[in-house]
Amino acid sequence: MGRSTLRPIVLFGRPRMTKYIIQRLIAAIPVLIGILFVTFTLARLLPGDPCVAMLGEKANEVTCAAFNARYGLDKPIPTQFAIYFRDVLRGDLGDSFRYGRPVTDLIIERLPVTIELALAAMFLSVLFGVTLGIISARKQNSFVDVATMVGATIGFSVPVFVLGLFLAYVFAIVLKDTPFSLPPSGRLSPGMAVPSLPATLGLEKGDRLYGVASFLGNLYLLNAIVHGDMALFKDAVRHLTLPALALSTIPMSLIARMTRSSLLEVISQDYVRTARAKGLAEQAVLFRHALRNALLPVVTVIGLSLGFLLSGAVLTETIFGFSGVGRILYDSITSRDYAPIQGFTLITAIGFLFLNLVVDILYGFLDPRIRLG
Amino acid sequence: MLSQPRTVAPVDLVVPARRSRGLWYETAHALLRRRSGQIGLILIGFLVLVAIFAPQLATHDPLQVLIDVEPNARRRTPPCIHAANNLPAWPLIRSFQCDPTMPQHLFGIDGNVRDLYSRVLYGARVSLRVGFYVVFVALVSGTLIGSISGYVGGRVDNILMRLMDIVLAFPSLILAIAINSALLQALDTSLLKAIIVGLRQVLGFEDVGLLTALMAVSLVSIPTFARLARASVLSIKEQEYVMAARALGASHSRILLRAILPNAMAPLIVAATLGVASAILDTAALSFLGLGARPPTPEWGAMIGAERNQMFTAPHLIIFPGLAIILTVLGFNLLGDGLRDALDPRMKNR
Repeated sequence: MGRSTLRPIVLFGRPRMTKYIIQRLIAAIPVLIGILFVTFTLARLLPGDPCVAMLGEKANEVTCAAFNARYGLDKPIPTQFAIYFRDVLRGDLGDSFRYGRPVTDLIIERLPVTIELALAAMFLSVLFGVTLGIISARKQNSFVDVATMVGATIGFSVPVFVLGLFLAYVFAIVLKDTPFSLPPSGRLSPGMAVPSLPATLGLEKGDRLYGVASFLGNLYLLNAIVHGDMALFKDAVRHLTLPALALSTIPMSLIARMTRSSLLEVISQDYVRTARAKGLAEQAVLFRHALRNALLPVVTVIGLSLGFLLSGAVLTETIFGFSGVGRILYDSITSRDYAPIQGFTLITAIGFLFLNLVVDILYGFLDPRIRLG
Repeated sequence: MLSQPRTVAPVDLVVPARRSRGLWYETAHALLRRRSGQIGLILIGFLVLVAIFAPQLATHDPLQVLIDVEPNARRRTPPCIHAANNLPAWPLIRSFQCDPTMPQHLFGIDGNVRDLYSRVLYGARVSLRVGFYVVFVALVSGTLIGSISGYVGGRVDNILMRLMDIVLAFPSLILAIAINSALLQALDTSLLKAIIVGLRQVLGFEDVGLLTALMAVSLVSIPTFARLARASVLSIKEQEYVMAARALGASHSRILLRAILPNAMAPLIVAATLGVASAILDTAALSFLGLGARPPTPEWGAMIGAERNQMFTAPHLIIFPGLAIILTVLGFNLLGDGLRDALDPRMKNR
């Protein structure tokens, strides 16, 4: 175990790696089909008749027949699945009954909200988690170490929705009128204007990149940076802080604990002793030799946290009034709006699958000892 | 290749513990020496006692609306303890002080004019049972799937694990929300009706929403156990004592049940303990969203969800059920950590 792993990281020209990536991509295909099947079936099993749910008192035999024909609900279920499968391959996720708009439009509008929230939470948890983990391992059994580990144990046990409400109370009520007060709801203050990114880029509706540009423009932080709008940036950050903090504690606790234990294990290895023995500065030993290997398991924990972040985002969005993926899923389920349920579960599942693949591949790159294939 | 009839007398295939005191004694001893194990056991012990003695400890009926019972009872009244009036008015104590003519309510009154303290106590019954039921179902089915997958290998392994991959491809809460909604729809079907009636008999929960949430969370938790069981079985399957059992002509089920699984239990026990914590969290999250326990069931997540917009005017309605969830989840997480350290010999020197 003590053998050095300080080989240079070679990203390309490793045939086994390419083969591994291709194998993983192929293995993902049946899972993807399974995901499609599951989202389709679950949405069909949802409560009630969508026609009655949508048209309410206007629902009768004639209007319902027209409604069902309009959305293809009059065809047999296997045919519906085949049509759905074909449309998904074409990038058409169907229309929402409730909003009367294509699901892809809704995704462009809502998905960035959740992505921004999840990324902000991930940023906080990696930043503080890794830093606290390193400090704890360096000063084992010190006050910082004990406080971090106790904090991590408790932080891991606090539900997102409880912490979110506590934070909202503390920062919006207790600290009201202090410099620390933070807004407890919404993404922006009322009256804050968001410049249109497609317009800035000179794109018109119908351009191929219009959707991509609006998607990116709905990431408010990115939008503010592109337009150099400091007021927007500050306002968006202030609104994002509490939900991101609520969402970040559980991954942060995991990352801090994993960094600490993994660094402690690495520090006791022979090659670290050798590095010290040859007179390297403690900083160099720590950052060049120990940390690089110690962070491998941390990458795994980050990968495992992604699913949690998406689940937690549903709860955080509910508390902080963000209209993201969680919110639309919840609304669609209560109004039996099939297409958005399918579309959003599909997108989250595919995104999650893809991110896990990236983490696995990254892991293979970082650790040459991992046997591929 | 092992299909010939058993001709050898069955031998005890469990690896004998080296020390005379036995593995369980060792584990318990190691667990009790650790701070996390101690605190975890104390917390869980406390909660179990609260759950058992809830009727004795409660000051009111958790479901009773107090409007016509207590003349001064108003909805969302903050905590009121008369004895606190004799103490100095420090910030924390002050929040429990009140007009001595008002009725006493340790945690205050909720939005439907019920005693919050009694509801939080009874909530321990709901959450602990939910946690155990979910883990029981997920552990048994997951172990079954995982050990068959690992032991048989080949195509069976491939299919079972791809199925688990599909479940794992969804963020757990989102899948639980979708499954729960689908189950609620299927409630009219006779099969699900029968299952619900059966579950009501066995588990003693009346609340349909809670039962479907329980099923959804169980389903979502299966892959974790299946993967873990498979990994353990795979590593143990090639051990010499399993070979020995095979050579002695033991049947497949005997090898799996007597030789492999007992030695694969350690990681599963740890995962089960941590699983209780996450099952309680997930069910509370579903109930918080209004997709799990229904009123008037005293479930902590549902209690918080019903009053979440009152956080700024009546924080006690969030704080007390919230603390109850935190303590419960913390207890199981600590016990799980302690068990992992106690069962994993590599961690002994840490």
